[in-house]
Amino acid sequence: MKSAVIVFPGSNCDRDMAVALEKVTGKKPEMVWHQSADFEKVDFIALPGGFSYGDYLRCGAMSARSTVMKEVIKRAEAGVPVLGVCNGFQVLTETGLLPGALMRNASLHFVCRDVELEVVNDASLFTNGYTAGSNITIPVAHHDGNYYADKETLDALEGEGQVAFRYAEDINGAQRRIAGVLNKKGNVLGMMPHPERMIEPALGGSDGRILFESVMNRLG
Amino acid sequence: MTDTKITPEIVRDHGLTPKEYDLILKGLGREPNLTELGIYSVMWSEHCSYKSSKIHLKKLPTKAPWVICGPGENAGVIDIGDGQAAIFKMESHNHPSFIEPYQGAATGVGGILRDVFTMGARPVANMNALRFGEPDHPKTRHLVAGVVSGIGGYGNCVGVPTVGGETNFDPSYNGNILVNAMTVGLADAEKIFYSAAAGVGNPVVYVGSKTGRDGIHGATMASAEFTDDSEEKRPTVQVGDPFTEKLLIEACLELMATDAIVAIQDMGAAGLTSSSVEMASKGGVGFELILDNVPQREENMLPYEMMLSESQERMLMVLKPGREEMAKAIFEKWELDFAVIGHITDTGNLTLKFKGETVGDIPLNTLVDDAPEYDRPHTATPKRKAVDVEAPKDLKKAVMDLIGGPNLCSRRWIWSQYDHMVMGDTIQRPGGDAAVVRVHGTEKALAISTDVTPRYCYADPVEGGKQAVAETWRNITATGGLPLAITNCLNFGNPERPEIMGQIVGCLEGMAEACVALDYPIVSGNVSLYNETNGKGILPTPAIGGVGILKQSKHMATVPFKGDGQVIMLFGETKNELGASLYQREILKKDEGLPPVVDLAVERRNGDFVRALIENGQLTTVHDLSDGGLIAALADMAISGKTGATITLDDSLPLHVHLFSESQSRYLIAAEPDEAETIRQEARDAGLAVAVLGTTGGDSITVNGGALDLPLAALTAAHEGWFPAFMKNEL
Repeated sequence: MKSAVIVFPGSNCDRDMAVALEKVTGKKPEMVWHQSADFEKVDFIALPGGFSYGDYLRCGAMSARSTVMKEVIKRAEAGVPVLGVCNGFQVLTETGLLPGALMRNASLHFVCRDVELEVVNDASLFTNGYTAGSNITIPVAHHDGNYYADKETLDALEGEGQVAFRYAEDINGAQRRIAGVLNKKGNVLGMMPHPERMIEPALGGSDGRILFESVMNRLG
Repeated sequence: MTDTKITPEIVRDHGLTPKEYDLILKGLGREPNLTELGIYSVMWSEHCSYKSSKIHLKKLPTKAPWVICGPGENAGVIDIGDGQAAIFKMESHNHPSFIEPYQGAATGVGGILRDVFTMGARPVANMNALRFGEPDHPKTRHLVAGVVSGIGGYGNCVGVPTVGGETNFDPSYNGNILVNAMTVGLADAEKIFYSAAAGVGNPVVYVGSKTGRDGIHGATMASAEFTDDSEEKRPTVQVGDPFTEKLLIEACLELMATDAIVAIQDMGAAGLTSSSVEMASKGGVGFELILDNVPQREENMLPYEMMLSESQERMLMVLKPGREEMAKAIFEKWELDFAVIGHITDTGNLTLKFKGETVGDIPLNTLVDDAPEYDRPHTATPKRKAVDVEAPKDLKKAVMDLIGGPNLCSRRWIWSQYDHMVMGDTIQRPGGDAAVVRVHGTEKALAISTDVTPRYCYADPVEGGKQAVAETWRNITATGGLPLAITNCLNFGNPERPEIMGQIVGCLEGMAEACVALDYPIVSGNVSLYNETNGKGILPTPAIGGVGILKQSKHMATVPFKGDGQVIMLFGETKNELGASLYQREILKKDEGLPPVVDLAVERRNGDFVRALIENGQLTTVHDLSDGGLIAALADMAISGKTGATITLDDSLPLHVHLFSESQSRYLIAAEPDEAETIRQEARDAGLAVAVLGTTGGDSITVNGGALDLPLAALTAAHEGWFPAFMKNEL
């Protein structure tokens, strides 16, 4: 499985994502700079966390309009799996690849801690190693993770199995405690929690590793 | 600009004494113009010149075989083996943070990050040491909220984990909070970058953000006492842009991977002035700067403003000739300004050109060598009398009030706002004795701790200085780390008062003694004086930041109890040492008596023994004893491990002394039952005082068969509850 990590100016979890992908796939991912109009053919694209372009506008709004994202959108629409974590999730909603928006946390504070997640969908490309209904532990670190969409959209997401993860308790005010969302086709996942930070016991656990292994199992 | 007549008022407004102005006249051989006066004033400010502390700082030990670079550079550098180096420093941003807490704290983080990456290191951990006024002071809540979000706002965006720190409340900080930030970075030991300029004709290059009018005279402000109208100084506080800092880190590290850089220095306090003066004077060369070429954010900026601006996220470097284009391409890729603003000369002068005219020409030796140095009069703090500290009226209430009070309660409210995991190497998160961060891609890890007990420093500066150093050493040891070196941030009041100067001299004496005894040199530091408001000084607060190494990070100890049935043991001797204790201050509302004494030989013996057990894999649960004594440590271990404990304390001391004494060099440990007897025997053989206190388990802490019984649920609620309730104004 060949993967790429997109790097925007201000991305800061790009190395962590690359480390996780290399640990699981055995191959160093391609690091793709935001100005690249084109990049090598890959099986998997990751949009890492951070503060792309400083996030001085709405989080992810600038990145969603960057050169590289035009290509990422094209590939996502063609079916290439795309994972957006934290700032990456914000970028995905800003591009319209995923529905909804991520607003400032209800507490108005940045929150960094381990959270319990309920696995809602265990059939997707990204989540097939988990068991629906079980709880996993993955950390969050964000200021704007309060997922919002209108009622019809939320109902549709739930109805179509597009909610991948739900917070076991409210941590940021997200509608229906939604922590991760899939697109309709199931090849794009956006999530606020950081699976790349939970890939070995020394870091507090390995629950995040299963996500990458799930992708690896499907894509080989 | 050059026409302004320098009057005694202008001299005074620049924080210079008439005598210091005479020195300028003598050095220049003529009257300075306003730009030149401004340059002298910032270079000779306490903040930049260390004029009151220099002669005493010289007494600190700074050498060890593993020290690559001691004080004098942007940060200290130590060898951590395998061709790698750790680079670190701590710095204060007290005055700006009091005036504008968010930006003051944020730019404090930004400044200390630059000090570290300027030497070639990738920053891997941030720490901080914060002191606020009493909780019910009307400003405290606002300052805590602002400082914490400023530290988080900057560090989180830059993507360097903020892994720990300390926070205390005391009325002496009501009008003058302390915000000390520390950064630790990792570099290739063969590729350390220094600030000494060299090579006549080499280009002087400016990179980073543009220069604006913010922060003019910040260094001078940081060198004066506060008064009630200090709020008016808000425009001298700089504004931070962590996004630009992130780009600057990446661009500088990319350029550092080439061989283009001769010297590099960040523009911190006193901006372009101090960076150019320091680089040129260290290299024994001159600088000619064309100020028209300085990237400017605002229109019509004057030389005075450009030289004194403290705009953030800027660096100055000297490149090898012919490397400008290659370097420029890197900075353009990162969308940062890059400008050649001058070159190196052989004049030994700092020469400033603007619109074709010379607007400043100062012999560097007069700025640096002639800088005033004072041996200010100092009187030693009078020795206190020992006192007998009585038992509390209600023991259980006393414990609950301490554990659930402002100075011992959980700091989760603070550190959960800091990204403490980014970079994927934080293996001991905030809340432990020291933060532990892996050296990326290796088995090694760095242990980092910041500590000082200002109560002790106030009661007895020498003992307090010793204790501050020893406590970082102990905290690092408690994780299994071998302490290697320290940085410091010396926060004191007005040095022109002999009793304050006496505190400085005393604390430094104690620190030096501990550093020597523990083989634990000082490699970098910062002095912040004039921490007073309306003539009232802060408690003497020499904050120490220690760095140590775990060779095998899999052998690491942490605070939480790890299950039932473990044997709890106390290493080290408990004495009747309740003078200047937290118990005395918080519960009895008194501050008297002698602070605890650190016997440095015992400290070292006890610590070396504990570390060896952790390194051997015999011990994974360790907590040092500090503020609040035995009961505070036991509560931490029980709360974080969600496991109770039953202990018995003998009658050699009154129960409240056993529980609250702050005797030094002690560790509380929990051992597997089948290891316990061996460990106890080994401790005895090593000469340690050791007491088997009891076992872990149950859902309460029970002491002496119920003389004290603390349900874990209530204890946890008190411990976790204070900070959020305080911040919501619900206390």
